[in-house]
Amino acid sequence: MPEGSTEAGTGTQRRTPQWGMAIDLDRCTGCEACVVACASENNVPTAGEDQAAKGRTKHWIRIDRYYEGDFPNIRVRHRPVLCQQCDEAPCEPVCPVNATYQNAEGLNVQIYNRCIGTRYCAINCPYTVRFFNWYPPEWAEPLGLQLNPDVSVRPAGVVEKCTFCVQRIKRAKLNATAEGREVGDGEIQPACVQSCPAEAMVFGDLSDPSSRVARLANSRRAQRLLEELGTKPRVFYLERAD
Amino acid sequence: MATTGTRGGPVGHAQVCEDLVARMPGSSPRYVGAVAVCGAIVAWALFAWGYQIANGFGSTGLRRPVYWGLYIVNFVFWIGISHAGTLISAILRLTGAEWRRPVTRAAEAITVFCLMIGGLFPIIHISRPWIFYWILPYANERMLWPNFRSPLFWDLTAILTYLTGSVVYLYLPLIPDFAEMAERCTGARRRAYRWLSLGWRGSDRQWQALERAMKLMAIVILAIAVSVHSVVAYDFSMSLTPTWHNTIFPPYFVVGAIFSGIAALVVVMATLRRLMGLQEYLREVHFVNLGKLLLLMSLIWGYFTFSEHLTTWYGNLPMEMDVFQAREHGVYGALFWVMVTCNLAIPLLLLGVSKLRRISTTVVCGIAVLIGMWLERFLIVIPALSTPHLPSIWGGYAPSWIELSITAGTFAAMALLYLVFVKAVPIIAMWEYEGEATPR
Repeated sequence: MPEGSTEAGTGTQRRTPQWGMAIDLDRCTGCEACVVACASENNVPTAGEDQAAKGRTKHWIRIDRYYEGDFPNIRVRHRPVLCQQCDEAPCEPVCPVNATYQNAEGLNVQIYNRCIGTRYCAINCPYTVRFFNWYPPEWAEPLGLQLNPDVSVRPAGVVEKCTFCVQRIKRAKLNATAEGREVGDGEIQPACVQSCPAEAMVFGDLSDPSSRVARLANSRRAQRLLEELGTKPRVFYLERAD
Repeated sequence: MATTGTRGGPVGHAQVCEDLVARMPGSSPRYVGAVAVCGAIVAWALFAWGYQIANGFGSTGLRRPVYWGLYIVNFVFWIGISHAGTLISAILRLTGAEWRRPVTRAAEAITVFCLMIGGLFPIIHISRPWIFYWILPYANERMLWPNFRSPLFWDLTAILTYLTGSVVYLYLPLIPDFAEMAERCTGARRRAYRWLSLGWRGSDRQWQALERAMKLMAIVILAIAVSVHSVVAYDFSMSLTPTWHNTIFPPYFVVGAIFSGIAALVVVMATLRRLMGLQEYLREVHFVNLGKLLLLMSLIWGYFTFSEHLTTWYGNLPMEMDVFQAREHGVYGALFWVMVTCNLAIPLLLLGVSKLRRISTTVVCGIAVLIGMWLERFLIVIPALSTPHLPSIWGGYAPSWIELSITAGTFAAMALLYLVFVKAVPIIAMWEYEGEATPR
C-alpha cells in the first residue's frame, strides 16, 4: 500500500490521498448501470453500429462475463473492469512523449494533447482498458446534448481511459478546502460507484486505514486482477473463496 | 565455378568503366514506363496515407485489441531487409572476401533505401503524424523532453543513427566513381558529379584516407546494425504481451533481419543482372556464395524458431499457450506452415543439395524467404495482440485498403528508388576493377 506523503508549504500537514477502489464481485449483478453512468459522466462517445461491429466501441468500464460449468448448471461470473490505476503501470514507461504518468494521488493520468497516437500504452496494458479515438467523437442524438462541461471531449487520434472521475475528485477537494475541512470518506463517488444499484463498488483513500475502501482492500476476500504481473493495481476485487 | 572466366568480357579498368557506364539505363521507353508504373503506385499509397490522416485512423482495419497492424509488420520487415548491405558489405569487406566486389554497392543501396522506407512507418503508424517530432531528443515548446524510457524513443534514435551511418557508408565508395563519371559527362551533369566527388583526384593520400574511412565505417556500421534490430525487437520484448516478453527476440530479430536481407539482395541482384545485362559481373559464383550464406541463415533461423516455440510449448503458461494455439491453428496456422516452408523447407532443399544450387534456385529461395520473413513478422505481431491477457476482449484483425495500398506502395517505392539510383551511378563499383571484369 502506498504511504500517504505530506504536502509541504501549506502550513498544515495534509496527507496526499491515495485513491483506490474495491468491487464486490459477490454483489455485482452485471446490470451495466456503471457502464452507462460512466459514458454519460465522462463524455464517452458512442461508436455506432458499423464501428461497434468492427470492435471500435469505447467503454471506460466494461463488464467481463465468464461462464462456469456445463449447461444447465451454469454459473455466470461478472467482473467490472476499468483502469486499474496500477502503481507499476506498464502503460507509462512505454509512451515516448510522456503522455501518461502516475500523479501524486496515484491516478494514472492521460494528457490528451501530448498523445501522438503510437498506441503502445494500449497494447501494453494487460487489462486492455485503454481506448483509441478512431474518429472525432460523435454521439447518437440526443446524447450529444447532455455532455458534461467538467470533462474535456477528446479529439481523434489520442488514447483515453478511465480517470476515476478525476473531475469529481477535484470538485470534492475544492469544496472541502472552501469549507476548511478534509475530504470525508465516501464523499467522492465516481459515476460507476454512484450508480451501482447493488452498492458493489466502493471508492476512497487507501492510505487512510480507517476508510471503507482500505478496510475492504485488506479483507481476506480481496484480490487483484492479474496481480502476478506485478502491476500493483489499485482496484481490489472482493470474492468469496470457493 | 569460374569456368565463365575470361570469355571476351571487358578487360582493364578503362574498359570496365566504359562497359558499366554504357549499361546505365538511358531514357528508353521501358525505363520510363517502369518509373511511371512505380511512381503511380507510390502516388496511390501517398493518397491512401493522406486519406488516413484526413479521415481518421478508423479508416484502417485496426481495432481493439489489435492496435498495431500491418504498419508495424512492414516496419520490422523493411528494417530487417536493410541488414543486407551491412552483412554483405561490412563483413565481407572486413574479412577480405574478394568475390564481394560487384555485390557491395547494390547491397549498400538496399540498406539506405530500406531504411528510408522502414523509417517512414513509425510516422505512418501514429495517428497524429504532424507532431511526430515530439519523439526527437529535443525539448518541445513546452520544455517537455521525450520519454527516454520508451523503447519507441530508442527505436527512433537507433534508426536515425543507422540511416546516417549507412548513407556515409554508401557514399564513401561512391566518391571515386563520381570523379570517374564527371570525366565522362559534360555540362550540368559534369558539374554535379564533380561536386559529389568532393574534390577527388585519386592521389595516394586520398586513397589511403578513403580505405581507412571505409574500414572504420564497416566496423561502426556492423555494431550499429546489430543494435538497431535488437532495439526493434525491444519494442516487443519490453512489453507484457504474452510471447513477446521474451529474451530470445533481440538475437532472433537480428538473425531474421540478416536472413531476409540476403534474400532481398539475391532478388535485387538477379533483377539487375537481367535488366541491365550484367551477366559478366554478377556471375553464378556470387549467387552460389550468397546462396550458401542464405542456407546458413535459414538453419540458424530454424534453430531460433524451434527454440522459441519449444520453450513456449513446454513452459505451458496459459496466456502464452493462447497465443501459441492461435498461431498454430486456423488461418494463422496455415500462414505459419507457409512460413516454415518458405524459410526452411525450400532453402534446405534447393540450396542444401549442391547439384540444385545455381542462379535460378537461389533466386527462388530469395523470393520464398522474403515471403516467409514477412509472414514471420505478421505472425509475431498479430496473433499475440489478438489474444491479450483477458479473454473477454480477444479479437481478430483484417487490414483495410489503406494498409494494403501503403504496403504495396513501399515495394514500389523501393523499385523507384533503385531505378533512379542505377540511372545516376554505376551499380557496380568501377574503381574496384583494376584488371578484368571477371576477377576470381
